[in-house]
Amino acid sequence: MDNYIIEMKNITKEFPGIRANDDITLQLRKGEIHSLLGENGAGKSTLMSILFGLYTPDTGMILKNGEAVKITNPNDANALGIGMVHQHFKLVEVFTVLENIILGAEPTKSGFLTLNETRKKVIELSEKYNLHVNVDAKIEDISVGMQQRVEILKMLYRENEILIFDEPTAILTPQEIEELMQIMRNLIKEGKSILFITHKLNEIMAVSDRVTVLRKGKWMGTVNIKDTTKSELSMMMVGRKVKTIRSDKRAQSPDVILKVEHLTVANKLHKKLNAVKNVSFDVHSGEIVAIAGIEGNGQSELAYALTGLEKTISGIIHFSNVDITNSSIRDRVKLGMSHIPEDRHKYGLILDYSLEKNLVLKRYWQSDFNRHGIILKEAVRNYSDKLIEQYDIRSGQGSTTIVRSMSGGNQQKAIIAREIDFNPNLVVAVQPTRGLDIGAIEYIHTQLIKERNSGKGILLISLELEEVLALSDRILIMYNGEIVAELDPHKTTPNEMGLYMVGGNRSTPQNQEAGDLA
Amino acid sequence: MTKKTKPVVYADRRFLDRLTAAPGFTSVSASVISIIVGLILGFILLLFIDAGSSFLGMSDLLTYGISSAKSFAKVLYKAAPLMMTGLSIGFAFRTGLFNIGATGQYTIGAFFGLFAAIMWKFPWWAAILIAMLAGAVWGAIPGFFNAYFHVNEVITSIMCNWTALFLCNLIFMNTPGMWLNPSDRSRTISVVTANPSGLLPRFGLDKLLDSSYANIGIFITILIAVIVYFILEKTTFGYELKAGGYNRHASVYAGIKSKRNILFAMMIAGGLSGIGGAISYLAGTVDYTISSTSLLPMGFNGIPVALLAFSHPLGIIASSVFIGYLQVGGEAMQPEFSAEMVNVILSIIIYFSAFSLIMRGVVRKFIKRKEKKETPETPDAPVEPPVTESKGVEN
Repeated sequence: MDNYIIEMKNITKEFPGIRANDDITLQLRKGEIHSLLGENGAGKSTLMSILFGLYTPDTGMILKNGEAVKITNPNDANALGIGMVHQHFKLVEVFTVLENIILGAEPTKSGFLTLNETRKKVIELSEKYNLHVNVDAKIEDISVGMQQRVEILKMLYRENEILIFDEPTAILTPQEIEELMQIMRNLIKEGKSILFITHKLNEIMAVSDRVTVLRKGKWMGTVNIKDTTKSELSMMMVGRKVKTIRSDKRAQSPDVILKVEHLTVANKLHKKLNAVKNVSFDVHSGEIVAIAGIEGNGQSELAYALTGLEKTISGIIHFSNVDITNSSIRDRVKLGMSHIPEDRHKYGLILDYSLEKNLVLKRYWQSDFNRHGIILKEAVRNYSDKLIEQYDIRSGQGSTTIVRSMSGGNQQKAIIAREIDFNPNLVVAVQPTRGLDIGAIEYIHTQLIKERNSGKGILLISLELEEVLALSDRILIMYNGEIVAELDPHKTTPNEMGLYMVGGNRSTPQNQEAGDLA
Repeated sequence: MTKKTKPVVYADRRFLDRLTAAPGFTSVSASVISIIVGLILGFILLLFIDAGSSFLGMSDLLTYGISSAKSFAKVLYKAAPLMMTGLSIGFAFRTGLFNIGATGQYTIGAFFGLFAAIMWKFPWWAAILIAMLAGAVWGAIPGFFNAYFHVNEVITSIMCNWTALFLCNLIFMNTPGMWLNPSDRSRTISVVTANPSGLLPRFGLDKLLDSSYANIGIFITILIAVIVYFILEKTTFGYELKAGGYNRHASVYAGIKSKRNILFAMMIAGGLSGIGGAISYLAGTVDYTISSTSLLPMGFNGIPVALLAFSHPLGIIASSVFIGYLQVGGEAMQPEFSAEMVNVILSIIIYFSAFSLIMRGVVRKFIKRKEKKETPETPDAPVEPPVTESKGVEN
């Protein structure tokens, strides 16, 4: 009865210091959606990279339709009908959809491209699977959700039967996720088999037939979705019961920590447009103010302007009763502003520095860590060891680990530790849990609430509605560079928020005063 | 007997393990391997040109530098300015900048060193300081444009190289006092005759090594290399500079004055090259001659010196002596092989030396594979670094 299209048997793969996959078996039935669930660093990506030919396993074998196959590079995988939608799309921005789809398998006749037939074929495929892709649009002009469909089309065009989706929903809006689920169901109907990598339990429960759970490189089990529950799966994944954090309701303190008045910030790409337009709001001590919105509506620029990474065009920023509109970043740090940046690799960490050097990135200039400009190595080491212990940052060689080799979750923990430990008044947390697993998210949420309860102000900028609803005391919705609503998380619903986020509604007058919001 | 030897073997292996695990081991062995590959290829080329004298040529190249105290003195003499330009380029590398302008800064340093010694009758140390400041100013120009106007430092420093050359030539040509023979103006007057206090002191080294090339230049440069090492590795300033070199965005995020640091880094790099120029010409063994067609090669030779040492200041001490050693050995090959040919051989060796970065990967792979073999039943799979999340990395 078991008709496996792909089997990965007893796969073991070791990297220096880590056994990324330890005797893992994964069997994909023909025509099923099989989820692969695990925290960051559990070995999902390694396992899929092995299936896609990017790594060779140390031991174990791969079978297709019961026959052993050898996959040493992505071309082998492609020849076996295995296709992958990567987390970060592999698309050429300035090419059209059609050009991207044929890239690498260009149909030619005596050296010239023959696009007409291909075009017809791609359009047929797009219609058959309800993808609704405009094949002549350029990638740079279409939405992220649409780009993902192009990746799916690419796999279909190559007649792949086994489709791997690597964290496909991380970048989609709730509506787009629903559509993707529908597309996946259609694909199954047409006889494709899907491997769905994720750590979002809701999605697994909604769409998949079976799920294989990995934890720390080990196989925890494969179960039928019908026979399991969300809490059981999260138990399997994390190894303990996970509670969803929800902040309690608190009375607002009268102390205003951050006061933003009529702030306008330029848009880097289109000089004439402004990314943030005349925004006013404030953050009191002991509260979490969340800024929600769809990606690209000015939230990033707002965070950069507040933390000093970008200049403002007009407006005033008051922080701890000081006008910091034109202050240097170091001065803002000295006043007690901490910043958990959106892009942890670009801003948050120096990946080629050791963990200890990263942990003192905001403090190395303080007298605790240097004397007359000479770094006190021992003080740095002791401080770093203390943070590692206190914040449970895991790495191969402790303080001396090069940060690049650490898992994403632990890199983020290092940033959180650094940004919280210098005892700030305000934490600007931008997407603090992006791409992290349940365990790490729980941890970070707990830390943020702890900071709030100790009287700090927290500005949480997040695209995750659940996170915003769970943590915040007030929600501001940003759309097209403006704050279009202030909502009470204890009264609002995701649907209501969604309506504001797409610009379908507005509860604050245009160019409102800060006082109106508070 | 066998029982007795066994522990020795283990101890030996443990020593080897510790050696291979030591930081820097892969870098050093990679450099050594690159040098050996370069030498072998150089030798093959010699065989093609003149098989008969190839062995003699090769042995000259490899042994002449230590064949006598005299030639060794010359090696050190050549190594000193190389070390400075190597440090200059290596320092800039570590802070994320490519100082291709080392030759211009070196030229400016040579000019001011000579001018201060000959025209102003400055003592040697003052002349070196002047050269350092002048080099720093010359390095500051590309640094300034990079930091505040986002102009790539490579473009501005290449322009500065030629500007430096012609500027120095112009001033030299119009300063009669600089010339040995003011009527033909082909070479500068020797520092020995113009201002003996301007010469680098020899402290009896010339007698000890029986060579007029011997002076304290090499000790000065080694001291500077140690200082550069200290700044980069032990100070908050070095921490900031390297942070900016690894990730400019993150250093700005941390509140580091990144623009100011770019300017400072280029000034320091320029100062180092400037010192190199002064040390080279204040030895009193070579005079400055006007060339309007080619830049001084010393600045460019600093690039392989830095690459071979992975820009590590202490490694640069060794790599500059090595390259200096080859240059002196190459001179000894000359009757049999033309000067151009010797340069080709040297270039090949230096060229391959610069492959040490690739070799480092090879050495790492080799060590990993060996470690694997110790645990049986594992097929030798290619070892790759673990996947690191590349989320959000922009170029």
